[in-house]
Amino acid sequence: MQVGIDLGSRTIKVAVVEDGRMIDYRIAESGFDPHGQALEMIKQYKPSKIVATGYGRHLAQKHFAHDVITEIKAHAIGARYHFPECTTVVDIGGQDSKVISLGANGSVVNFQMNDKCAAGTGRFLEIMATSLGFALDEFGPAALESDQEVAINSMRTVFAESEVVSMKNRGIPPKDVANAVHLSVVNRLTAMLNRVGFGESIVFSGGVARNPCIVKMLQERLDCVKVESPSAPDIVGALGAALYADRC
Amino acid sequence: MEAARFEVKPYPEMWESLDMDVPRFDKARQMLGEVYGKMFMSQPNRPEKMAYFDDMISEIFGRRIQEMIDVKKEGRPIVGTFCVYIPEEVVVAAGGVCVGLCGGSPGSIPDAEKILPRNICPMVKSAFGFKVGKICPYFQVVDFVYGETTCDAKKKTWEILDRLVPTHVMEIPQMKNARDKTLWFEEVKDFKTKVEEVCQKTISTDDLAAAIKVINNKRRALQRLTKVRASSPAPISGKDALLIEQIAFYDEPVRFAEKVNELCDELEERARNGEGVIDSSAPRVMVSGTPMALPNWKVHNLIEAAGAVVVNEESCIGTRYFKDLIDENKSTMDEQLDALTDRYMKIDCSCFTPNYERIDQILKEYKDSNAQGILHYSLQFCHTYNIEEIKVREACEKEGIPYLSIESDYSPEDVGQLQTRIEAFLEQIRG
Repeated sequence: MQVGIDLGSRTIKVAVVEDGRMIDYRIAESGFDPHGQALEMIKQYKPSKIVATGYGRHLAQKHFAHDVITEIKAHAIGARYHFPECTTVVDIGGQDSKVISLGANGSVVNFQMNDKCAAGTGRFLEIMATSLGFALDEFGPAALESDQEVAINSMRTVFAESEVVSMKNRGIPPKDVANAVHLSVVNRLTAMLNRVGFGESIVFSGGVARNPCIVKMLQERLDCVKVESPSAPDIVGALGAALYADRC
Repeated sequence: MEAARFEVKPYPEMWESLDMDVPRFDKARQMLGEVYGKMFMSQPNRPEKMAYFDDMISEIFGRRIQEMIDVKKEGRPIVGTFCVYIPEEVVVAAGGVCVGLCGGSPGSIPDAEKILPRNICPMVKSAFGFKVGKICPYFQVVDFVYGETTCDAKKKTWEILDRLVPTHVMEIPQMKNARDKTLWFEEVKDFKTKVEEVCQKTISTDDLAAAIKVINNKRRALQRLTKVRASSPAPISGKDALLIEQIAFYDEPVRFAEKVNELCDELEERARNGEGVIDSSAPRVMVSGTPMALPNWKVHNLIEAAGAVVVNEESCIGTRYFKDLIDENKSTMDEQLDALTDRYMKIDCSCFTPNYERIDQILKEYKDSNAQGILHYSLQFCHTYNIEEIKVREACEKEGIPYLSIESDYSPEDVGQLQTRIEAFLEQIRG
């Protein structure tokens, strides 16, 4: 049994692998004490090896993990578990968005990450949802109800937020503003995809892959490729780490 | 010296005499010592001859400043610079000192932002802020600053800087045709006149011939250092090598060359014995791009903390500064200045267009240094390097060279993300 743990900026994910198959997984908030939280999440398992990934990977290695890999490599391995042929992975997490290009053998050949600004990340969507009075899981469905196209020009979170405030005050309905917010994230993502290049299908991972509006817009924007997501997109990184532990 | 005990030495009376903001500067001094102690003194298997360079940092705000004050008392010129385009041989020929000014720290940026726009190069802001805040002793001691027109941010900042310290601007051509060389040749002659005015002395052909030898020897010593870094395992860390390339801009050139050569003796001995600072399996990274002014050690520190070693800097604070020499066999002043101009026209700064020679140079250095990947580093808002990065990336893709491009400033806020990118890049190299 091997455990992969992904200590992200918002949540911690654990995936458990036995004989190369995922047998269990868990997700919890990172909270104020990610180290304690991580230990709590893995205590019931008896793995031969633990590999950590995500922002807290080095913290985990200091205390309990045997090895670390970056989120880039972890997502590449995890995505291939679900879609063995995939050559492009898009991951939008709490703090980062990434586009990863894989070679035929599954190794990372190129990648792009957002810059230090939160724009285009899960955190950006969360801030915008709050500003418009939506719970996070209502945000995507609400945006889907919009049939009005409005555009947000700014991609810097703080400026986009003030743009959203001024839209609200012009009387634009929240669902239309929500739609504009989603569109801005997808525009950013498509620009990154175009920079890296992509194949015939794209695997979309990370918590934001559960947002139906982002998935739909991305699919519409890239109409000749297939956008696929595993059923639990949040744990792709943790799964990649667990599979790496299994191989090495 | 142990990490915890490393100190940059204080000289408050000297700083007072230079009209500096002493209490504030003293805090910056303490911080520099702490950071240096942590980043440099704890590195494993450091070469013994690094002791001289540690001492140069320890005395960075004291002894070296005193040496410059003494030079100035004799009426010899002190010229501050921010660019490898300064014909420093001319200053040395006049018995003067050329010094690269501070511009690599986030601490002075708030001072600059009181006046300059925020969305410009951090190096330009940092440098300007050091003068505004009176927190760089080198800035305080110069007779004048040498400015150039390598980018818009610099060019326009010089106009404002000139209000605080005399700033002599030379026009750098942007292409490499015969008429561009003529322009630069005329600029070099004007610069010589300016230096002669300041020190009230005429530079003779003998003076210039001697100065060309001195600076050539400094560049030769740095070439030798670059060459020995190609051996595996790496005989010296990238951080230490970068530090030496940074010190090249403020140390006395004859002594500096001697000390670099002494270090190279030790490193070549290490290479013969197969000894190094890190195991030969460690990924070898070449860094290419914009200059890293002291104390900007951010990228090297991240790369080496992740278990790799930096083996080359294709940068102004790096090979661009010392890859070319001046022909020493010219006898008349015009011939000498012409040879000097030829050498400076070879600089492959991204301010030139189309600048294909830089791409060739990067690929050459990649092979020569036995690197396994190239990390392109560009300062934020450095348009010329940022755009030229496209051609570097294409060349690397064509050659199958593992490649990562990062854009960053001096602030620590993106360290987490850079660390992830750099580690992922090293995973790519390791395969």
